[in-house]
Amino acid sequence: MNFYNDNKSLKFYLSHPVMDKIIKLKERDFVDCDNDMMAPTDVEDAIDSYDKVLEIVGDLAANVLEPNSEAVDHEGPQVIDNEIVYAKGTQKNHEVLRDAGLYGMSLPRKYKGLNFPYVPYVMAAEIVSRADAGFANIWGLQDCAETIYEFASEEIKEKYLPLINDGMTCSMALTEPDAGSDLQSVRLKATLDEENNCWRLNGVKRFITNGDADIQLVLARSEEGTTDGRGLSYFLYDRRDNAVTVRRIENKLGIKGSPTAELVFNNAPALLIGERRLGLIKYVMSLMNGARLGVGAQSVGLAEAAYHEALEYARQREQFGKAIVNFPQVYEMLGIMRAKIDATRTLLYETSRFVDLYKAYDSVSKERNLTAEERQDMKYSQRHADMMTPMLKLFASEYANQIAYDCIQVHGGSGFMKEYKCERIYRDARILSIYEGTSQLQVVAAIRFVGNGSYLKRIEEYEAMPLAEELLPLRQRLERMKEKYVAIVAAADKFGTSSEAYDFLARRMVEAMGYLIMGHLLLQDVNRSKELNNTEAPDFMKSCKIMIALGESEIAKILTFVENFKEEDLQMYK
Amino acid sequence: MNNKDFQIVVLAKQVPDTHNVGKDAMKEDGTINRAALPAIFNPDDLKALEMALACKDSLKDIMPVKVTIITMGPSRAAEIVRESMFRGADNGFVVSDKRFAGSDTLATSYALSAAIKKLGKVDIVFSGRQAIDGDTAQVGPQVAEKLEIPQITYAEELMSMTENEIVIKRRLDRGVETVKSKFPVLVTVHGNANDCRPRHAKLLMTNKKACSASEAKEKNIDMEALWASKPYLKIEEWSADDINPDFERLGLSGSPTKVKSIENVVLTSKENKKINNSESEINELMKELISSHII
Repeated sequence: MNFYNDNKSLKFYLSHPVMDKIIKLKERDFVDCDNDMMAPTDVEDAIDSYDKVLEIVGDLAANVLEPNSEAVDHEGPQVIDNEIVYAKGTQKNHEVLRDAGLYGMSLPRKYKGLNFPYVPYVMAAEIVSRADAGFANIWGLQDCAETIYEFASEEIKEKYLPLINDGMTCSMALTEPDAGSDLQSVRLKATLDEENNCWRLNGVKRFITNGDADIQLVLARSEEGTTDGRGLSYFLYDRRDNAVTVRRIENKLGIKGSPTAELVFNNAPALLIGERRLGLIKYVMSLMNGARLGVGAQSVGLAEAAYHEALEYARQREQFGKAIVNFPQVYEMLGIMRAKIDATRTLLYETSRFVDLYKAYDSVSKERNLTAEERQDMKYSQRHADMMTPMLKLFASEYANQIAYDCIQVHGGSGFMKEYKCERIYRDARILSIYEGTSQLQVVAAIRFVGNGSYLKRIEEYEAMPLAEELLPLRQRLERMKEKYVAIVAAADKFGTSSEAYDFLARRMVEAMGYLIMGHLLLQDVNRSKELNNTEAPDFMKSCKIMIALGESEIAKILTFVENFKEEDLQMYK
Repeated sequence: MNNKDFQIVVLAKQVPDTHNVGKDAMKEDGTINRAALPAIFNPDDLKALEMALACKDSLKDIMPVKVTIITMGPSRAAEIVRESMFRGADNGFVVSDKRFAGSDTLATSYALSAAIKKLGKVDIVFSGRQAIDGDTAQVGPQVAEKLEIPQITYAEELMSMTENEIVIKRRLDRGVETVKSKFPVLVTVHGNANDCRPRHAKLLMTNKKACSASEAKEKNIDMEALWASKPYLKIEEWSADDINPDFERLGLSGSPTKVKSIENVVLTSKENKKINNSESEINELMKELISSHII
């Protein structure tokens, strides 16, 4: 078994035409190829390396991580002497991925990374999550390296970044008992210790994923007397300083292998990352988008696992003399599961490409001035990354939950028993639409792109992309959906964009736009897949048609609701 | 090679995957249908590679250590060298020649020992206990005899390793035995030993273009420029002439083993056994299945 090789879609997105530009930027036009043994010589060579490394990920995910996942779920981590001890399987998973060189994938080679773009890195996250969504957190927190790379001083970078590849684990400590979704009210105190030339952290953090990690990024109040986000800075705490105790770990519904800790900082020495006061407003906002992309990958990976479980069961289980997969109500569930996975996966890699482009430009801009055209492209990519990320997080996490739900449904009574894997998947899925910003907060992040027309503009760009003639009728259906979307937004606009009614309708508007984006992306995939004319290319046609049909009916439903909605209706819900 | 370096050799074989045998695995004449079975790294040899790399890990901070693969077989056995490089081996040689065809264990061990001698000073030779295509477990011990060095067979665990001696736990029929040896020594590694470490992403990216001259010729790619700038990408091939053998002792002429006849055995169930649903009885069954190599 190999979780990369058995999924043709991944190879398909790895060879997306935009990868060419991403790779050239990321590799600085292959300047390292003569003096660095592992640097690629051209785009094709780079993609070949991604492909082969993902094959390692797919192998270890299927043959080590997945077989360990059940025992990890049962055993879970423990607190021993104020420190977290992982479940045995978790420890083994960590070691095997470290020994395969799979930490620090996106870091530049000079910090011992692989210099991979986001697209293959996110694929690795998807594959790891398919094997064990809980472990995907521990592995995925290597993302913290990205924050250090982008914002910390060269001294911190040189000291800490190479350690990530050696297998040092990371965490980001943001949440506190009274600061969850509202991070502006973080209270953990940072004071400057001039004598020792460092900062000192005092206070409590709660719900910290992988809380006892080797390298911890901590949001703390450095400016005494402030009460809002502008008084917060970002710090690096090194676990070897032994100044943080784990008070407890949470007993959770799912992702039980991933420890969630309450931490007490006891005058803990820490290094300032970047500049004071930018902790929340710049650095955390930036890493939050990365984390949301990570949850997108985690959601798609988990959904893939759920789909495989459901499909296999439906093919084996016989009732009334035939396999249940042949009953319309069952195969409908399976077809929709498949379509939702394809739809959110294409959104996942579309988002990853935008993130790749702007991060690569940002990194290049530290070495030389960007041309006017590059600057414009960077801004364009960043805006699109910002607007696709909440849409991805919203849909991928909600769909993962729906798919996990249907996975149990396909199993019938057996699915409710603990013997089948679907029960763990179902529990693991539940956090996806909550952490790194709840679905409700994703709507808040996305609605401004509804309001300012950015999404609509992107839809018009999709509409202008070349398409095979036989696919035009599908695009016409999407165009009619767009007209309805415009009507929905117009109806909501009547209440005024800063009204309570508009906020109330926000989720419906964002969701309507989501169906349009996913429909167009799948249609583009169908088109490119046909052009490739290759038996290895996946067939997205079924998923595309299912998603368009689903979107049509959902958008019609939303339009009906919004058109009938009156301001006084708000009272009914109170 | 620097004579002060600690030199480890791993003998590894590419074998047909006999664990996944389909109905067309055997040809009419009773020989293996190699085309129908995927070629894989002999499982015990992968464990031997791991033990070799573990030895390197324990010495590399005090002295330079080199792990070299020697594989005998057709030119595509270069895959074995590449795979080993992805996991941490430094280099490797493919010993390949039509004149080796038909070798039994005696001729094979002769050719391999001649190849090892060509390397010069060698401190440890590792091999798997046996290959899954022949299951003889003879080649390792025979190589040790021909090199006139001590041997430790059925190694299950590397207990310790210093620049002067190696301590190994051996798996025997009725227990284990811990033995110590100076160098040089040959070690055959048991299937219970640690699994081989995974391919390493960086080693893979560094070595993925490594190939032999035969492979380059077959794929019609010009490797000369790349080999000149990155010599580690060339997997060397040794023919019979390169290892200075007594040609009589190679291939068919060097192989006293003759196949008298081959029988196609179809297994049918004759007896059955009832197992109660208890931990102890299931454990007994597992042990029985493992000891009779069914699982």
